[in-house]
Amino acid sequence: MTGLILSHLSVHRGPCPVVDDVSADLRPGEFVGLIGPNGAGKTTLMRAALGLIRHRGTSSLARLSAADRARTAAWLPQMREIAWPVSVETLVGLGRTPHLRPGQRMGAADRAAIADALGRMDLAGFEHRRATALSGGEQARVLIARAVAQEAPVLIADEPIAGLDPAHQITTMRLFAGLATEGRLVVAALHDLGLAARFCTRLLVLHRGRLEEDGPPGEVLTAPTLARVFGLRAYLADTPEGPIVQPVEVVT
Amino acid sequence: MSFRALIVALSALVAALFLAALLVGPAGLAPGESLGALVTGQGDAAALVMREIRLPRAILAVLVGASLGLSGAALQGYLRNPLAEPGLIGVSASAALGAVIALQTGLAAAHALALPGLALAGALVAVLLLLVLAGPRGGAFTLILAGIALSSLAGALTALVLNLSPNPYAAADIVFWMMGSLADRSFTHVWLALPLTLLGWLLIAGLGRGLDALTLGEDAAEALGIRLSRLRLALVLGVAASVGAGVAVAGAIGFVGLIVPHLLRPLVGARPGRLLLASALGGAALLLASDLAVRLILPDRDLKLGVLTAILGAPLFFHLIYKTRREAGV
Repeated sequence: MTGLILSHLSVHRGPCPVVDDVSADLRPGEFVGLIGPNGAGKTTLMRAALGLIRHRGTSSLARLSAADRARTAAWLPQMREIAWPVSVETLVGLGRTPHLRPGQRMGAADRAAIADALGRMDLAGFEHRRATALSGGEQARVLIARAVAQEAPVLIADEPIAGLDPAHQITTMRLFAGLATEGRLVVAALHDLGLAARFCTRLLVLHRGRLEEDGPPGEVLTAPTLARVFGLRAYLADTPEGPIVQPVEVVT
Repeated sequence: MSFRALIVALSALVAALFLAALLVGPAGLAPGESLGALVTGQGDAAALVMREIRLPRAILAVLVGASLGLSGAALQGYLRNPLAEPGLIGVSASAALGAVIALQTGLAAAHALALPGLALAGALVAVLLLLVLAGPRGGAFTLILAGIALSSLAGALTALVLNLSPNPYAAADIVFWMMGSLADRSFTHVWLALPLTLLGWLLIAGLGRGLDALTLGEDAAEALGIRLSRLRLALVLGVAASVGAGVAVAGAIGFVGLIVPHLLRPLVGARPGRLLLASALGGAALLLASDLAVRLILPDRDLKLGVLTAILGAPLFFHLIYKTRREAGV
């Protein structure tokens, strides 16, 4: 299985560094939550790690050819775009693109991957619905299913649970945690600190483009870090249900 | 309807219309006589009409129509916008400008190939400018902007040529040419248009999978292994070659590239890749049918093909607006 190694990764927009000298060694089996306030550079970091934008430093994924990278890493952008009223099955099937040679039709393995992804995202029975006619949350799940159907050892997702109802937020986080347990690496940008604390095995805290903290949720989500990076005071507790992080007040 | 059944049906339609295009004309030949003359070359006048007039005209209708349908479908898929059409990237307007210059300067009258030749030169200049303006790594938006800029400039220069034309007959020639027509074309035009048209089709035909992936947006498509800069280059060159060649021999024929992908999209499950072949066949069928209609409706008045496609296309658009509004419930 493959991980993701970032070494001194920087992205500049004009003279300003948007991502500033980030190094991290992300291993298979980890569910890494990428957290930080708006504009901290989370999306830019992930796109640079995938090699989709110009960057300095190295990323193990960005060094692969486009075809190899697509088989190694699935990318779920924040912008949930479905341009045409295609069926849910067709849309999820786009995840199989990297596995097909030019002109090759989908085979049994591809169809099994699509059915598996639909099942995991609680979308069985949606196969022939038009993707554009679904609700926003359902579309988000269809797009996650597309990334899952890619069956890549690395899954990188930008705010995958934004806009989902609470139950589907939890099932999606559990799905990602499950994928990590299977030996894949899952990296997700998240804003819900509570869910990040409960499900992620490791958190990277990004602040003004710099990697401020890197470690297990219990070590990273401390009162001083929350105040310094997020400007938040939070209720922190270790309960039999797992860790609870509930932001309560803005500190200035 | 399955995709295969749709393709078979559209192919049969194109074949039937092609046959009809060979059988209909002012010469009033009997069907048996005309087809016999076409195959054997016997019967001087009939063979001449069939081989030198009707056959090249029907072939050009297929070439130009398929190019317009294919290019429209590919551009709509790339830009993820159902309003995109082959004229959008400015190649049609620039090719038309080249042709207008040929007409205005009298070169067109002096040499049969001057008009299509200058039109192709116009298309080539447009492509080069487009690629410089839109840059090698730019997205869909810069391509639209560059295309609109080029279209406007070519349109303005065409108007300038008309404006300064000292000769009203030349101006009338220009206006009529710009309406688009397949009348009085010969095999010279077919041989001129064929290589570029086929090259354009070939470039666009390989884009299906990339266009499918673009349903998810540019970022997701690129992460799926689609090389967008290469896709865009193939698309621009393919549209320019096939549509530029079409304008060079037939003038600017509007609405086919816009309306055909629209009509066929629901029948292919909205998949941009599958729409390519369906649209190419649909475009060929629509242009064959329109060219037949031109000959049947006003056989003595030289009704222009582009005028007819616009008259047919605009009401289809009205229907589309109506349908869109009904679906949106407003």
